[in-house]
Amino acid sequence: MQVKIDASALKQTRWYEFGARFLFGGLITAGAGMIAKEFGPAVGGLFLAFPAIFPAGATLIEKHEKQKKERAGLHGSARGRKAAAVDAAGASIGSIGLFVFALVIKRYLVSHGPWLVLTGATAIWLAVSLLVWQVRERM
Amino acid sequence: MKVILIRFLIGGVAVSLFSFLGDLFKPKSFAGLFGAAPSVALATLGLTVASDGRYYAAAEASSMMAGAVAFFIYARCVSWILMRGRFAALWVTISLLPVWGMVAFGLWYVRLK
Repeated sequence: MQVKIDASALKQTRWYEFGARFLFGGLITAGAGMIAKEFGPAVGGLFLAFPAIFPAGATLIEKHEKQKKERAGLHGSARGRKAAAVDAAGASIGSIGLFVFALVIKRYLVSHGPWLVLTGATAIWLAVSLLVWQVRERM
Repeated sequence: MKVILIRFLIGGVAVSLFSFLGDLFKPKSFAGLFGAAPSVALATLGLTVASDGRYYAAAEASSMMAGAVAFFIYARCVSWILMRGRFAALWVTISLLPVWGMVAFGLWYVRLK
């Protein structure tokens, strides 16, 4: 399946939905920092892979897909759920990339420049996620 | 307080940016990759390196690997239930968050031993 850019989904997103993502993202980042300060980096580090924004994202996808189907005169609940399920399957692939991201940081952060390692690890997250996604699509 | 506010702002921007990218792409399975983007990690690790040093940040990254395994299992469970059940996405995603917690802290505990 070909990857496409579809800006129409952005039009469906309301300003408060962008605001909710900002709020959740900010809260979990601040929270992860406070947890690390209180309980140490071993516990705080777990929360760097906490699915903070995922429930909000999946709910929005379900809502938007449902609205789209209902505008076409169809019952959209099942379709909405399915779209959220497919999004979650994609997130599970992204989490494999997230594991490799953390591994690269753990392995190279101490010995190399931090910005180089963070940038490289992000590129590797994307590359691994894309590779696994493509393999999955071809199966 | 100032540090918490800076973390909040940088984390909010990073998560919004990756969410925005996720909204842009089709198909949904591809856009879903951005649901597990390292947005919180990037914001946190960058600030942690500056405030506590590289060794501290590397220790956080080490634990993050357990969090990522937990995320994988959590996302697979969410996908499976949404595909087969009749529950709303909000209910499923929130009620399964303890699965993430159990796997992440379970792996952390096993590693401690």
